[in-house]
Amino acid sequence: MALTTKAWTKWALTRSLWVYHVNAGACNNCDIEVLDLLTPRYDIERFGMLLVGSPRHADVLAVTGVCTRQTAPRVQEVYLQTPRPRVVLAIGSCACGQGIFTEAYHMARPVDETLRAVDPDATILYVPGCPPKPEAMIAAVVKAIEYLKSA
Amino acid sequence: MSRRTVVNIGPFHPLQEEAEFFQLYVDGETVVDVDVRISFNHRGIEKLDESKTFDQVPFVVERVCGICSASHPLAYIQAVEEIAHVEVPERALYLRTIVNELERIHSHLLWVGLAGHFLGYNTVFMWVWKYREPVMDILEIATGSRVNYANCKVGGVRRDMTREQLDRIAQVSDELLGPLDMLTRAVLDDPILHARLKKVGVLTPQAAKAYGATGPTARGSGVPIDVRRDDPYAAYDRLAWEVITAPDGDVFSKTVVRLRECFEAVRIIKQCVRDIPGGAIDAHVAAIPPGEGVGHVEAPRGETFHYVRSDGSNRPVRHKVRAPSFNNIPTFKASCIGQQIPDVAITLASVDPCYSCTERMCRVVDAESLRPRYTWSDLVRLSQQKTAELRKKW
Repeated sequence: MALTTKAWTKWALTRSLWVYHVNAGACNNCDIEVLDLLTPRYDIERFGMLLVGSPRHADVLAVTGVCTRQTAPRVQEVYLQTPRPRVVLAIGSCACGQGIFTEAYHMARPVDETLRAVDPDATILYVPGCPPKPEAMIAAVVKAIEYLKSA
Repeated sequence: MSRRTVVNIGPFHPLQEEAEFFQLYVDGETVVDVDVRISFNHRGIEKLDESKTFDQVPFVVERVCGICSASHPLAYIQAVEEIAHVEVPERALYLRTIVNELERIHSHLLWVGLAGHFLGYNTVFMWVWKYREPVMDILEIATGSRVNYANCKVGGVRRDMTREQLDRIAQVSDELLGPLDMLTRAVLDDPILHARLKKVGVLTPQAAKAYGATGPTARGSGVPIDVRRDDPYAAYDRLAWEVITAPDGDVFSKTVVRLRECFEAVRIIKQCVRDIPGGAIDAHVAAIPPGEGVGHVEAPRGETFHYVRSDGSNRPVRHKVRAPSFNNIPTFKASCIGQQIPDVAITLASVDPCYSCTERMCRVVDAESLRPRYTWSDLVRLSQQKTAELRKKW
């Protein structure tokens, strides 16, 4: 059975999503819950997922935090370094819409607007919560896989 | 003179969860100087607090740092209570102590796990975080959330704990002693950890004092400072516990201090559950009079200091936060210099730095006209000018 390159890519991608974690100005809460996913209780590696050390190796960007004026251009840079097809998980209330920090003076635009400024077609999944429970993050990743399968 | 090379680490790198930027000046493999550049996480919390009411601020300061989300609100609340001269009910003090000590256990275990991760020793990471989960569970049972507790309020605590919850906390803390003992012995006996941690990143007691280090960073250098003992708050003066120190100042000492503090935390929690009195949990503070107050709390990383000024309205006029990492991060100048590059990774992590607590901004204001001198656009322009000059030169 011959598979097209596209089908191969989809098959490989949806079975081993590699995640790069970007902290765009978070309070560490979402970040420790993201790390928690790797550890024995939640063990997200059973789905083939792995936290990697470089955006060049990643399929998924897990962005936490409000996107401050310092991090905004750097988050865009990291996003552009991620190879296609790429999915962004906006983890936590801050990443979804800046949450409690909306009125603070050091905010750039929210994560989704910041990324859409460099890629209007960016695929962004929102995981609300302050911080979202690890179960919610797993559910989000499962939805990301479903989305990639149907795309 | 030997040639210096600059090794850049960051701002996004796999070592630590937060965005921060280190420049290591190296001569061969040896680090001769280190430069830490932060402020990627600066969110302007102090300014934001001035637009919130006294009762709303705890929810903001909770998000200064997700790991110290019991210590920051408590320090703020103690500052406000000092302004209003509030007599906090005894039961509330005990409940505050319990949540703060549970936070200390979860934070210290988190650090020990991450330290293993930084050393490339993921077995430690996985095991320690496995035993951290029950602590998160009881925090969720007792306060409603795994990490943002929203437990304290001005005048008391927001929610009471039932006898069943308290007993469950005591039981889980008791069950933790076995794994803690196993972990401590494993760390103390492990030749790999000895090789990687002993005599690495030594901070002498003199340097610790000179840089004003706090918390386990200072206690790991044999400096016995602890706000819980030196200026007791909550219920710490009614309980029996000890300040843990270790003499050597290396990363190994800091690890030992953190692990042994977990035992003390369990001891404190068990006494609290045993001795907790009944009665009210809230003093029902109606208004905050004009005045200023300070509150400090021994967070897992060291002393958290909050200053609040009130003008009699329902909002603070000024709120100043000084987190422990602000004191601890400069100790890199003393502990990293002379190290090999691979050892710097764990030395940078050894103070358990929390950059989201520490981020500051400064503003240059003309002394006479009080007008800002350098704005965001000025700095961007200056930076671009400098880059252009450097390009021409090289």
